[in-house]
Amino acid sequence: MIGAGLSELCNWLAATPLSQTIRAAGWIIPTLQTIHILSVAVVFSSAILVDLRIWRLLERDVPLGEITRRFLPTIWPVLFILLTTGSLLIVGEPRRSLLNSTFYFKMALLAVAIVLTVALQRSTSSSPSFWDGTRIRRIAGRFAASVSILVWCGILFAGRWIAYTQAG
Amino acid sequence: MLTLSEFISYFEDSALADNIRENDLLFPLIESVHVVSICLVVGSILVIDLRLLGLASLNRPVGRITNAILPLTWSAFAVAAASGLLLFISNATKYLENGYFLAKVLLICAAGLNMVVFHGISAKDLPRWENEAALPLPARLAGGLSILLWVAVVACGRWIGFTMQVH
Repeated sequence: MIGAGLSELCNWLAATPLSQTIRAAGWIIPTLQTIHILSVAVVFSSAILVDLRIWRLLERDVPLGEITRRFLPTIWPVLFILLTTGSLLIVGEPRRSLLNSTFYFKMALLAVAIVLTVALQRSTSSSPSFWDGTRIRRIAGRFAASVSILVWCGILFAGRWIAYTQAG
Repeated sequence: MLTLSEFISYFEDSALADNIRENDLLFPLIESVHVVSICLVVGSILVIDLRLLGLASLNRPVGRITNAILPLTWSAFAVAAASGLLLFISNATKYLENGYFLAKVLLICAAGLNMVVFHGISAKDLPRWENEAALPLPARLAGGLSILLWVAVVACGRWIGFTMQVH
């Protein structure tokens, strides 16, 4: 039922002038993918740098709040670029993602990553050394940082895997 | 004497290359590791480049930023190079015939050269100016050039996938 509806949606999307334009010129899809990957590099590295700081592996002399203020705000405008290029790629080749369970797995992981990042940004903006406070908070912070690293890596793996699990 | 093509086919015909080529899981798995590590290389270098250009982290001395970031950059680069080498030997002959692959390798060398020139020559008197927000022209040029080169590296990498069928 849902599958049939999705398949219809894909057919409709693929027939739109925008979709045909994206597919017609050979350079558009690789260009969109390049912008998409460069944006992933920015978002991913920002998140990882903050996670590594929570593990006290770099910039130990700087309060965590300053690190999150330096790196996390960048994530949001770049995430907008990611959603835009991602949406255009879906419009261009709707079946590649919309009929692909890997794509939905990637989006679910993205939702988790966003929740984690918002929580981290909020907690450190109200008290910069929140996660360095008590022993429990240090452990909780490191746990959250580890989950964040795993989830972001999962997003990148799933992104690459979409190409290998797409419907025919 | 061993010719280049014999040298290449020695690796391409190895059991390891054969496994990467034939196994449905191995190639995408190595590719994913390659993407993750390249993203870390590009993203972490960008932090330094933006500081050199005077666009971010202005309250931190350049030396402190490179000390914090470069170990991550180099570790990620080692993983990217190793995973890239594994992908390369699985289809070496085809990769060597691909212009985007050759361009990518040359661009990475150029990015490395840019870094050597900056650290070896331009940054010799680093302690004199590293605290300032607006850095000397050679430092700003190194930052700008680095961004352009790494963007081109990623673009070539993506274009390889569209100009060469490995599967």
